Amino acid sequence: MTDGIPLVSFRGITRHYGEGGGLVRALDGVDLTIERGEFIAIMGPSGSGKSTAMNIIGCLDRPTSGSFRFSGVEVTALSRDERAKLRRNYLGFVFQGFNLLNRTTAIENVELPLIYRGTPKRERQEKAVRALQLVGLAGREHHTPGELSGGQQQRVAIARAIVTDPLLLLADEPTGNLDTARSREIMELITRLNQEKGITVVMVTHEQDMAAYAHRVIRFVDGRIASDEARKAA
Amino acid sequence: MIWEAVKLAISSIRRNALRSVLTLLGIVIGVAAVIAMVTIGSGASLKVQENLAKLGSNMLIARPGQSTFGPGGASDSRAFEERDVAALKANLTGVRGVAPTAQKQAKVVFGALNYDTSVTGTNADYFTVQDWTLADGRVFSEGEERSGTSVCVIGSTIVSELFGQSDPLGERLRIGNFSCEVIGRLESKGQSAFGSDQDSIVLLPMRTYQRRLSGNTRISSISISVIEQADIPRVQRDAEDVLRERRRVAPGEDDDFSIRDMTQIANTMAATTTIMTGLLGAVAAVSLLVGGIGIMNIMLVSVTERTREIGIRLAIGALERQVLSQFLVESIVLALFGGIIGILLGLGLAGVAAVLMDVPFTADPQVVALAFLVSALIGVVFGYFPARRAARLDPIEALRRE
Repeated sequence: MTDGIPLVSFRGITRHYGEGGGLVRALDGVDLTIERGEFIAIMGPSGSGKSTAMNIIGCLDRPTSGSFRFSGVEVTALSRDERAKLRRNYLGFVFQGFNLLNRTTAIENVELPLIYRGTPKRERQEKAVRALQLVGLAGREHHTPGELSGGQQQRVAIARAIVTDPLLLLADEPTGNLDTARSREIMELITRLNQEKGITVVMVTHEQDMAAYAHRVIRFVDGRIASDEARKAA
Repeated sequence: MIWEAVKLAISSIRRNALRSVLTLLGIVIGVAAVIAMVTIGSGASLKVQENLAKLGSNMLIARPGQSTFGPGGASDSRAFEERDVAALKANLTGVRGVAPTAQKQAKVVFGALNYDTSVTGTNADYFTVQDWTLADGRVFSEGEERSGTSVCVIGSTIVSELFGQSDPLGERLRIGNFSCEVIGRLESKGQSAFGSDQDSIVLLPMRTYQRRLSGNTRISSISISVIEQADIPRVQRDAEDVLRERRRVAPGEDDDFSIRDMTQIANTMAATTTIMTGLLGAVAAVSLLVGGIGIMNIMLVSVTERTREIGIRLAIGALERQVLSQFLVESIVLALFGGIIGILLGLGLAGVAAVLMDVPFTADPQVVALAFLVSALIGVVFGYFPARRAARLDPIEALRRE
């Protein structure tokens, strides 16, 4: 696995929206390298390009120009479905708004990515149960999101993100909708996944407290990286 | 994967149960209408065929004048006579029988009861030619025909109207101002293809009829029953020749009579019924189209409502075709539900209609299978556009939507 190829490599990435006078340079020439096993926090004011960068790393969006390699593969050359396969096999997403399917039980939500991968039912259920155990939700398999607290919903979302054993976990303001105690629990869970399972984590946040869990903090301003500093693990 | 998709579709349909039912209604009504129309229609055409078969098979009917279809056409032309019948009998080959008829409405009386009916003068061949079966008694003897004896054979309506449960054989029935002995009773035939009661009938030997009832020797039609269907055109030509000669129609002149092939008329009527059925079916099919548009509408609403869900699925790694098939399966399941309910409802309606209209009920498995397939097709056709819209959503945009 560790063959020296960085997990994520941005070279001169730009992402422009609109055209002419209304042109918005969401990303304006970004170089960035993320190695396997890192825990990175991306910070910056709104409109700084941090979400755009996340979307590109998450293979949801395509840069206007530049080169984005994921584990050596040039993503900019891939089709929509090929990027979907990349997402389903190597990426896990955690959103601020949890984004679980309502009226669908916790275990069904966690199984969802495996369904799209075509995993057989038995194996799917075993993996989903294990993922829910890992995030501390054993026994809540058949609760729907409506029957779970915010913190528990985010745990389900994390279980869904890691059930496929991804290389990279992308978390967009994962604690944005949670109180401090719940936020701490979620951050501890993410830290554990990073340390024990070796999952690379890239997290967008605007809270200094949350960024403190990361090993490296990248700040975006006006579509460029303003600072990129490593810090001692908390 | 397909089963998963079907289960997913069913659960999402059940989530919006009321809306789904209302959407289904369009398909249900459309399919039910088509099924009912086609089933009733084929029952009706079966009935028409049955009735026409009762009229007598392989039958030619000669009438004076170039009359149009229907009784009593052209009274201005010279009627046939007894000797025409004899000439036809003597000259035609390959025929089962030749029966003259003359008809008159008359009041028939037995005891205190009376009944208005059609009284027909004819001969013993009539029973073969018109496919009548005797329920009891006998037909006219040759002697009775020759001497014009007062005997009659009566239809089942006359029996029930005048005699009730008692046995009419040997009783004397009064017709106008003479009376005749009932020597035979006919098996019931039911309604004719034209809706009249065929069993309201009193048959007299032709001579008896002419002497006692009509007072003239006019014969209004001659029925000829041909043994082999393939022989009909030849017999028709021969009969034309005989009648032209008998009636002294000069060569090159038009016939002053007409001979019609009832089999042909039967086929025409059956074809007409089939066309009517097709037409009604086509009208019903329009409602199917409307039902399909209803499905498309509801699927579009569903896609819009579930934009966020679709975004989640795409972000998690669903391929375009997986999202497409999810929504397509949903609309197919919806349409098939409607189709199945519609088929059952349509067959039910046709069953009730069959009883009310007194036509045979014939559920055609081919039509049912076709309705099923068409329902599925509607699901595909009208579900494709909404499904494609779902599959092509931009996951980032979709996730941003509340």
